[in-house]
Amino acid sequence: MTGQQASIPNSSNIARAELDNGITLLVYENPAVQSVNLMGSLHAGSIYESPDKSGLASLAAGALMTGTSERDFDAIHGALEDIGADLGFRGHIHKAGLSGKALAEDLSLLLNVAAEALRNPIFPAEHVERLRGERLTWLQYSSFDTRYRAAKAMREALYPAAHPYHYGTYGDEESIAKISVDDLISFHAAHFGPRGMILVIVGAVDSADAIKLATESFGDWRNPAQPAVRQAAAPDTCSDDLRPVVFVPGKTQSDICMGLIGPARKADDYLAAQLANSVLGVFGMMGRIGKSVREEKGLAYYAFSRLGGGHGPDPWTVSAGVNPENVELAVASILEEIKRLRSEVVSDEDLADNQSYFTGRMPLRLESNEGIASHIHSMESFKLGLDYLANYDELIYRITKEDLLRAAQRYLRSERMVVAVAGPDRENPESAD
Amino acid sequence: MTNLTHHTLPNGLTVLLREAHSAPVISWWLAYRVGSRNEPTGLTGISHWVEHMMFKGTERFPAGALDREIDRAGGQWNAFTSMDATKYFETLPAGKIDIAMEAEADRMTNALFDPDETESERTVIISERQGAENQPTFWLQEEVRGAAFRVHGYHHEIIGDETDLRRMTRDDLFNHYRRHYSPANAAAIAVGAFDSDEMLAKIERLFGSIEASAAPELFARPEPAQSGERRVVVERPGKTAFFELCHRAPAADHEDWFKLQIMNAILSGSGGASDNKTSRLYRALVKTEIAAGVGAWLMPTVDPYLYSIIVTLRDDRQPKEAEAVLLDEIARLQADGVSEAELEKARKQTRAAFAYSAESVTEQAYGLAQSFILGDVHWFDRYSERLMAVSADDVLEVANRYLAPKNRVVGILKPTDPEEEAPA
Repeated sequence: MTGQQASIPNSSNIARAELDNGITLLVYENPAVQSVNLMGSLHAGSIYESPDKSGLASLAAGALMTGTSERDFDAIHGALEDIGADLGFRGHIHKAGLSGKALAEDLSLLLNVAAEALRNPIFPAEHVERLRGERLTWLQYSSFDTRYRAAKAMREALYPAAHPYHYGTYGDEESIAKISVDDLISFHAAHFGPRGMILVIVGAVDSADAIKLATESFGDWRNPAQPAVRQAAAPDTCSDDLRPVVFVPGKTQSDICMGLIGPARKADDYLAAQLANSVLGVFGMMGRIGKSVREEKGLAYYAFSRLGGGHGPDPWTVSAGVNPENVELAVASILEEIKRLRSEVVSDEDLADNQSYFTGRMPLRLESNEGIASHIHSMESFKLGLDYLANYDELIYRITKEDLLRAAQRYLRSERMVVAVAGPDRENPESAD
Repeated sequence: MTNLTHHTLPNGLTVLLREAHSAPVISWWLAYRVGSRNEPTGLTGISHWVEHMMFKGTERFPAGALDREIDRAGGQWNAFTSMDATKYFETLPAGKIDIAMEAEADRMTNALFDPDETESERTVIISERQGAENQPTFWLQEEVRGAAFRVHGYHHEIIGDETDLRRMTRDDLFNHYRRHYSPANAAAIAVGAFDSDEMLAKIERLFGSIEASAAPELFARPEPAQSGERRVVVERPGKTAFFELCHRAPAADHEDWFKLQIMNAILSGSGGASDNKTSRLYRALVKTEIAAGVGAWLMPTVDPYLYSIIVTLRDDRQPKEAEAVLLDEIARLQADGVSEAELEKARKQTRAAFAYSAESVTEQAYGLAQSFILGDVHWFDRYSERLMAVSADDVLEVANRYLAPKNRVVGILKPTDPEEEAPA
């Protein structure tokens, strides 16, 4: 064979630098490509907004590139689009995230525009209004989307109104109407800052050069107003109605979204829960749920489970799309598989299959700049250590069948499970909820 | 790009191999020249359903066995049915690719089509269609295609019409499989960390013994020339209106296709950016707050298809406003052409997009599979070069030739108030 194969990113081949303003830079050289990828985050998510202005953090992140003190809207986007580069900011619950890519020769420009947008946005009223209108259109469209409505109903039942996970990061039509330009300016001034920011650069770059360029763009950024990092605990209570039903007119299929509180990424049993989730609704074309609901009973095109595993109490969910007549049968089948996972240890074969799946897929996940950057960002963000990937196989093979059972028993408490359904009203097919 | 190994086995199987050693991964594809365009009335959706049945097992690999095998190897596998083709792929760590190669060789001829599995899959397929129907834009797309193509097989959705999905038999599916799944109608493609000579030897060992047969005669009916604008209106409960403006476009092997692709990059953007906020259509529709979004697509197809522009209207705006703006933009393009600066931007975006796609062996292999389907195994490799050769005069010429009113198909998705429609 010829050429150069990238090795697993680890502490010896990732260049890491902590700037004195609190930014952590991580650079991984990937000379096999022509491009460069930028990925980052900072503590400016929706957890810092009030419920009556739900959507503020996300709108602020989305509006960063509508104008800065250095460039107006057209100049920002012209600079990027002229060179085929891409840069965007998104608001999540705990953090605001950034991602970008360009040809490697254009890293300097990509970093400059990212720094201007993060540090010096001016939130021009005209552009904020336009962005608000685009989001209102998206929310209105989504209100007729059964998958969106089922997931929203699940989230609102699982997390009480005082909990930040109760709300979608985009907010709702009412809340985003209340957000003013001054709100955006204030939110940016209070929460966008260098402390705790992570910036990952992966691609055909020299590490020292990339760190120098990033330091030039971000090294003198200061924001003493940044508050302490907020956390979210698992809620003590959930809604009295664990079976919300949303009628959406004009639909032919119902979407089911079932949810429970799952482990955070840093939980000791997170990987055991991930393996249990894989057995339940991922491995071998959607796991046991896929086999039961899709393959054996032919009830659904899709039926799978997913474990969030972020900075807080993300949900452990099961989703399926079925004919309205089959909702109860599908839900019963899924609950039966959950009960089985909670009551029986998985077989040796199940454990070995899923361990092999988890370890074997790593090369595919590290195939692109974006995949590598995402993993490096996770290692830093969740404080897993830069040798986490190098030690990953050992971590996975250390997990036992009993660990999976304990994780399932701890989290998959079906008496607390929210089962949300969104679809047509079979009695009255054109009516809304 | 270079280092493409292009070989044809004695039984007619096309082999395309490209070594890429940037990651210890191989992407392995089987592409068959059969898609929804080859389906007669009554059998719409059959190619896609056959694709599903290919995951339902052979004697050697019973249903579910390969799901476990591929996942256990840390792989990723899936299949796609398009209007022109059915493609299967597995991307795996390089040392574990053999299982995927053996599986594809086996299911080229030995898929079981068990009657019980076929019936079980019928409801899954119908569920897939009903899930798509939950998106209002699916209804618009279905009606626009139907209006654009009266004769040609591009006229129906790939998923098929529900009436056909309910009536199609196991034997219909099996016959379709037997007719179209043969070496002479297929290509095997691999991109990744392998030695080409060794890979070719493996392919010869696994596929060489499959009996040769003539490539099947494909069901295909050319669409007669259009002689005036066609217009469809779809009404669905909701709050969001969409406006779609289509013009007939040439097949992907036509030089004009590349000229139109550059024209599209200038109108709506292309390349790495997720949305192009300096493109002509964004400025004309989104910046003016008529639309919440605008996108345009020119798909590389075997037969002439459509160049489509789709506008998502803001809630207080009307489709006719989007239409007026789009027609103005087209008229401006036809009168004034494009600038050298716009052309240069489109070229740079193209180069960047190509660099991004080259990071993934799966995307590279997809490109080769698509090239085979389009009838030119170098189509993907020459894509950038052909775009770079397009001039401003070329863009002006195709804008006037293709964006003509008589080539136009207009679709409007009109949201209706669910409360007003509720029965008393």
